[in-house]
Amino acid sequence: MLDADFFRRWMAATAASVDREAERLTALDSPIGDADHGSNLQRGFTEVATTLEKEAPDTPGAVLTLAGRRLISTVGGASGPLYGTLLRRTGKALGDAGEVSAEQLAEALRAGVEAVMTLGGAAPGDKTMIDTLVPAVDALGTGFAAARTAAEQGALATTPLQARKGRASYLGERSIGHQDPGATSAALLIAALAEAAGE
Amino acid sequence: MSDKKLVGIVLVSHSAEVAASVAELAKGLAGGGTQVPVAAAGGTEGGGFGTSAELIAGAAAAVDQGAGIAVLTDLGSAVLTVKALLAEGDELPEGTRLVDAPFVEGAVAAVVTAATGADLAAVEAAAAEAYDYRKV
Repeated sequence: MLDADFFRRWMAATAASVDREAERLTALDSPIGDADHGSNLQRGFTEVATTLEKEAPDTPGAVLTLAGRRLISTVGGASGPLYGTLLRRTGKALGDAGEVSAEQLAEALRAGVEAVMTLGGAAPGDKTMIDTLVPAVDALGTGFAAARTAAEQGALATTPLQARKGRASYLGERSIGHQDPGATSAALLIAALAEAAGE
Repeated sequence: MSDKKLVGIVLVSHSAEVAASVAELAKGLAGGGTQVPVAAAGGTEGGGFGTSAELIAGAAAAVDQGAGIAVLTDLGSAVLTVKALLAEGDELPEGTRLVDAPFVEGAVAAVVTAATGADLAAVEAAAAEAYDYRKV
């Protein structure tokens, strides 16, 4: 079973990973975006880690809901409301339980991913974070390591796609050949989940 | 009519200057001395380009007279942040609505309409109608 401590470790691992990879995320965001993805997420997840340490919410749902709220408040770019909605909706789906199973987490994450698709209007194949998150959630039934692998493959598979959402979509065919920064940061989030699980 | 509650207007842009200028323009075109509460929420709190949930929530609270609030946005994260705040439930005053309208033309239509004492639905309709005005 996964308790609040597990979810705090997941968020802390995400913050550390985004911190390490911020320059790479911003570099990926330079040719097809506005070159702020790494710094925006770095600011957001640093705030998340600080807030979770200070407020120490005691259920899995409360950890993710609070993390989501902080992201919406602090990121400053589109990734704020998108990741914020992902975590907040996942947290709400987990309810008040003190511990949840991996299966419950997978179901809750699916609800979170669907909320992101509704908010941003993106579908699989649009060259967004959805291309990472959908296969990751599908693979989560097999295990955390499988989800991480599926997420990494999903992010890599955005390279030949043409962007259909967000600023990159203005570039049309010129967006082809670049790995999507949002799909890449989503893979970091899922890798941090596997790390928190010790896999 | 001076004691009537008016619909508040919040203008959200990636740029503080754009939001503030469009607010000035809309109030100016609505006629001098308009009582419509209009607030700009532009850029990030640090003064850069982007969207600030805190500035949006503050602007909405500032224009809330209890008659509803029409929020107009430019693009991308401005739209997504307002939608995410509305989905949150308690982040924005009751009766706050994201209006699907062109930013400049919609803002002018919204402020002019709100100045007549119209309700939120009428303000929203006027702003959205701005899409129908063809320039060529």
